[in-house]
Amino acid sequence: MNIWEAILLTVITASTPLVIAALGELVTERSGVLNLGVEGMMIIGAVAAFVGAQLSGSPYVGILCGIAGGAVSSQLFAFLTLTLVANQVATGLALTLLGLGVSGMIGEGYVSVPGVRLPEIAIPVLSDVPVIGAVLFRQDLIFYLSIVLLLGVNWFLFRSRAGLKLRAIGDSHTSAHALGIHVIRTRYLAVMFGGACAGLAGAQLSLVYTPQWVENMSAGRGWITLALVVFASWRPWRVFAGGYLFGAVTILQLHAQALGLGIPSQYLSMLPYAATIVVLIIISHNRRTTMINTPASLGKAFVPER
Amino acid sequence: MTVSDASAVPLLSVRGLTKLFGSFAACNEIDLDIAGGEIHALLGENGAGKSTLVKMLFGVLQPSAGQITWQGQAVSIGSPAEARKLGIGMVFQHFSLFEALTVGENIALSLDPKISLAQISDEAASLSKAYGLPLDPKAHVADLSVGERQRIEIVRALLQNPRLIILDEPTSVLTPQEADRLFETLFKLRGEGRSVLYISHRLEEVRRICDRATVLRHGRVTGACDPRQETPASLARMMVGSEIAEVHREVLAPGEVRLDVSRLSVPARTPFGVSLKDVSLSVRAGEVLAIAGVAGNGQGELFDVLSGEVTVSDAKAIRIRGRDVGDLGINGRRLLGASFVPEERHGHGAVTGMPLSDNLLLARSQSDRKSFLGGGIFSVIRHASIRSATQRVCAEMDVRKSGEDPSAGALSGGNLQKFIVGRELDRQPALLIVNQPTWGVDAGAASRIRQALIDLAKAGSAVVVISQDLDEIFEIATNIAVISEGRLSEPYPAGTLTLERIGLLMGGIHETHSGGEAAHAH
Amino acid sequence: MRIELQKRPAVSPLFSMLSPLLALALTLIFGAIMFALLGKDPVAAMHAFFIEPLLETWSLHELAIKAAPLILMGVGLAVCYRSNNWNIGAEGQFTIGAITGSYTPIVFYDWHSPLVLPLMLVMGALGGALFGAIPALLKAHFNTNEILTSLMLVYIAQLFLDWLIRGAWRDPKGFNFPVSRDFAPEAILPAIWEESGRAHWAFVFALIAAVLCWFMMRYTLKGFEITVLGQSERAGRFAGFSSKRMVWFGFLFSGALAGLAGICEVSGSINHLQPAISPGYGFTAIIVAFLGRLNPLGIVASGLVLGLTYLGGEAAQLSIGVSDKVTRVFQGLLLFFVLSCDTLIYYKVRVTWARLRGGAA
Repeated sequence: MNIWEAILLTVITASTPLVIAALGELVTERSGVLNLGVEGMMIIGAVAAFVGAQLSGSPYVGILCGIAGGAVSSQLFAFLTLTLVANQVATGLALTLLGLGVSGMIGEGYVSVPGVRLPEIAIPVLSDVPVIGAVLFRQDLIFYLSIVLLLGVNWFLFRSRAGLKLRAIGDSHTSAHALGIHVIRTRYLAVMFGGACAGLAGAQLSLVYTPQWVENMSAGRGWITLALVVFASWRPWRVFAGGYLFGAVTILQLHAQALGLGIPSQYLSMLPYAATIVVLIIISHNRRTTMINTPASLGKAFVPER
Repeated sequence: MTVSDASAVPLLSVRGLTKLFGSFAACNEIDLDIAGGEIHALLGENGAGKSTLVKMLFGVLQPSAGQITWQGQAVSIGSPAEARKLGIGMVFQHFSLFEALTVGENIALSLDPKISLAQISDEAASLSKAYGLPLDPKAHVADLSVGERQRIEIVRALLQNPRLIILDEPTSVLTPQEADRLFETLFKLRGEGRSVLYISHRLEEVRRICDRATVLRHGRVTGACDPRQETPASLARMMVGSEIAEVHREVLAPGEVRLDVSRLSVPARTPFGVSLKDVSLSVRAGEVLAIAGVAGNGQGELFDVLSGEVTVSDAKAIRIRGRDVGDLGINGRRLLGASFVPEERHGHGAVTGMPLSDNLLLARSQSDRKSFLGGGIFSVIRHASIRSATQRVCAEMDVRKSGEDPSAGALSGGNLQKFIVGRELDRQPALLIVNQPTWGVDAGAASRIRQALIDLAKAGSAVVVISQDLDEIFEIATNIAVISEGRLSEPYPAGTLTLERIGLLMGGIHETHSGGEAAHAH
Repeated sequence: MRIELQKRPAVSPLFSMLSPLLALALTLIFGAIMFALLGKDPVAAMHAFFIEPLLETWSLHELAIKAAPLILMGVGLAVCYRSNNWNIGAEGQFTIGAITGSYTPIVFYDWHSPLVLPLMLVMGALGGALFGAIPALLKAHFNTNEILTSLMLVYIAQLFLDWLIRGAWRDPKGFNFPVSRDFAPEAILPAIWEESGRAHWAFVFALIAAVLCWFMMRYTLKGFEITVLGQSERAGRFAGFSSKRMVWFGFLFSGALAGLAGICEVSGSINHLQPAISPGYGFTAIIVAFLGRLNPLGIVASGLVLGLTYLGGEAAQLSIGVSDKVTRVFQGLLLFFVLSCDTLIYYKVRVTWARLRGGAA
C-alpha cells in the first residue's frame, strides 16, 4: 500500500461520520425541524457503541447500541419541540449539553480501556482491483452503510411518495396538515432518523476512527455537520461531497502537523473550524439562493388547531 | 320548505353542528342541506363561522356536537383523507400549496400513493383542458400567479371526482375577468350533477351564480333563501344584522401636494417578491388616492418604499411635503408629518404579545419623543403618559378591549385595526398611507375606519389607500390608480371609472390584451 | 395517551413564576432517581450535592466565585437572546477576554501601577466584544448563521490560548509547564471581604450588571427596541429600529460581558493563564439565561443555582464518591425541564388518556 492509498483511507475514515450524521440531519431539516443537538446525539452514540462493544465483545452489537443511543436521545428532543413546542434552538443546545454530560458519566469507567475495532469486510473480486479495491472495497461495515444511506436518502426524498410528503411538511406544515398529512408523526420519525444517523456516526468514531473512549471525542463534528447541511443546500449528494471536503481538510492538517512545516499545530487544528466558517460565509451571502433552498418551515413550531 | 323536490335525499345534511373553542362557540347548532347539482352559497362576514364550519365538513376540525349526514348515511369525518374518500373536495382560501414543489407534486400529495407521478400529470393535463383551467405540471408553484395557484387547487379537488366541492372565498384573489372564468367552470360542474358549496361575503356574486344560500352570523344560521329572489340590501341585513352606518363623503378642492413619487423603480428583494417599475403618483391635501389591484402585484413592496421601511438611493424619487425623502428612514418621514398603517396587523403594525401601550410607542417613539421619553440620552420611557394616550386612542376609535391594557393579540381583528389606525390619526398626520385598511375586519369596524379616513382627508390631510376591495375603493376614493405586476396606472378620478375598466387595468396595463391565457406566461 | 396544547389568550403570570421552580423540582427528583440507580443513597447524595455547600462560609464564597461569571455571561446572553440573536460562543469570548485582559500583566509584568487592574478589565471586555463582533459581522453582512459561527469560534479561541501558553506567553521559570507567569499583586482582583473568604469583586460586577440590564430592559427605549426586534423583526423595522444594528449590539454587549467575566476569573481566581480556564462556564451561562427566563434579576438567582451544581459536584465527589461529571448531567437535565415547563406559560396542556376516538377509521 502506498502513501496515497493510506491518505485516501484516512480521508474516508474522517469523512464517513460527517457524511452519515449530515444525511440524518438533512432528513430532519427537510421535514422542517432544526435539531442542533447533533453533537450530543453523536457523543451518546459513541459512548453507547463503545460500551456495547465492550460488554458484548462484538463491534456489531456496538453499532446497534450506537444507533439506539442516538435515536433514543433524539426522541427527548422530539418530545420537547414537537409535543411541547419548546424552542428548537434552545432544546437542541440542551440535548448537546445533556449528551456531553451523560456520555462523560457513562464513559468514565472506560477511559483508556482498549477498544474493539470494527473489522474490514473485503468485497470479493472488487477488492482485488488495484488502488480502488484497497481503498473502497476493503472497508468496514459503517463505510458501506454510509453509501447505502446516501443512495437511500436520495431515493427516499426525491422518488418516494413518503419523501414527497416529508418535503411538503418542511415547505409548509399548515398546508400539509390541511391536506391530512400527519405532520407531527412524520417529524417524530424524521428526528428519530436523524438521531439514529448521528448515533451511527458516533459509533464510527469510537469503533473505527479511534477505537477507544475519550471524553468529548466528537470534538465539534456534530456542529460541523450542521454547517454541512447548510453548505449542501439540503441536497444529499452535496452533503456527501461536502463531508469529504471536510474530511480531507482534517486529514491534511494532521499530515501537515506530522511534516512539521513550522506552522504551530494549534493553527492547523483550527483549520476544520475555520473552514466551516469560510464555507458558511460563501454559501450564505447570496440571500436569494439560501432563501429558495431552505425548507420554509424550518425551525418553526407547529400546533394543530383542534 | 324551500321549493323543489323535498322528497330527494340531500347530498349533505348537517344538524345541530357546534364547535367550541374553550367557551367560545365558533359554530352554534348549524343546520344546512346541500342538494345534488346545486351551487349553494354560505354567506357571512368575517368571523361568522364559515371557515370553521367547512373545516368540520372537510375533517380538518372535529365538531363538539351535532351530526353530519352524507347521502343519507350518518358519518363522522375524522380527517381530510376521509372527507375525500366520501367525495368531498375543498379549495382553501389561503391555498394549501407548497411553493417549493412542482404543480404535479402538489397534486400528487392529495391522491392515492399508488398512482405514479407521470400518470397524475397526464390526468391533470386532460382535466385542466376539459374545464378550461390551463396548467403546466412541471412548473414550480413559487413562480405562479395567484389565479394559477387557485387552478391547481381546483384541479387537485377535481381529480378525485368529488360529489361536492367546497370553495372558500375563491374570488377574493381574482380580477373580475378571472372570476368570470371561474364561474364558467362552476356552471360546468353543476351541469355534471356535482354540488358546490360556495363561501363568500360578496353579495352580487352570490346573487349571480348561486341557487340557494345559507347565511351565518356569530356562529348561527340567520337565514336560508334563494339569493336570486333577494336584494343586496336584504342579504346584507341577514348577514350583518343591524343596518350599517353609511359612509359619507364630500369632495373638497385639493390643496398642496403632500406626496410625490416620480419614476420610482425598485428591484425585488426576495426571490418571490415583485419589483416596482417606473411608479409615479402624486397626492394632494384633501385627496384620497386609492390604489387598486389583485393581491401580490407589488402592493406590499410599494408600501414598504413609501413608508421608508425600505429606502431607495435616489432621494428625489419620493417627496413628502416638498422634501426629498427617498433615502430617509420611516421615522424621518414620520417627523415630516407622515403616518403609516401596514397590511399585516400581527407582527408588523403591532407586536402581538405586547400590550397596547407598548404598541402605541412602537409607531410613535420618535415622532412623540418629547411626551413619551425622558431621561435625556438614556431615553427612559414615560409609561404613564403613553398609557393615557392609549386610553385616548381607544376611546376615540371605540376599541373594545378587556382590561386596561391588554396585549394586542387579545383583541379581535377589527378592534386591533381600529387601534392601529387610531394610533396614527391621533397624531393628525399630514399624510396617511394605509395598506388594506379593512382586510379581515368586521363590517362595523370597517365602516368606522373608512369614515375616519374620509374625515381625515376632509380635515386637510392627504390619504393613500392601497386596497383589494373594490367596494371600499368606490366608497372612499377621490382618485383611483391600479397596480399590476409592479406597475402603477395613471390615476383616474373616481367618478370616471367603471368596475369593468378597473378589472382590465388589474389584468395588466402594460400588455395588449389578447384574451388568451398565454398572455400571462411571462 | 395524547397531549394537546391550547394557546392561552395571554401569557400566564402564575406559570411565568412557577415554571423555573417546577423545573428545579423535577430536576431534583430525576437527580435523586439517578443517584439511586448509581447505587447511592439518594437523600445523602442530594444533601451532599445541594445542601452541604451552603452550610459553611468558605463555601458560600466559592459559590459567589462560581456564580459571578455565570451571572455576568447569563445577563449578556439574555439581552442577546431577547433580541433574537443566538450567541452560543460566550465560552470563546470568555477565553479571548481572559487573553486580552492578561496582556498587560504578562507582557508588561514589571509595570506596577494601580492602573493595571482597570486597564485589564477594560481590555478584557474589549477583547470579548471584538471576538463577539466576528459572528455579528458575518451575520449582518453575509447572512451567516450566528449559532454555528459563534460556536466554531469557541474552538478557535481555545486553540489560540493553548498556542499562547505553550509558546510566547509561557512562564520562563515555569519548568516548561503550560502556564503563564503569575500575575503581580496589583493585577489581581481583590476579595470583597478578605477576612471572611475568597470571593472577589467579580460577584459585585455581576450584580451591578444584572441591575443595570434589568433597568435597561424595563424602562428604556433601548430595552423596548431589543424586545420588539426579538419578537418581530418586521414590527421593529416599522418602528424604525434596525435589526442589523441590533445584531451588532447583541453580540458586542454579550461579548463584552463574557470578556469581562473571563478576565475577572483569571485575575481573581486563577492568577495566571493556563490552557483550561473554564469548566464550561460559557455553555452553562446559556442554561442560566434560560432558567432565569431571560430576566436579568431572575438570572442572579439561576446563576447561584447553577454555581451550586458545580460546587455540589465537587463536594459529592469527595463525600460520596460519585463522578463530578454528574454536574453536567444535572445542568443538561435542568435546561430540558426549564424548556418543557415554559410550555405551561404559553399553552394550556391537556393530557388525554383515552385512546383515539373510534368511528370511521
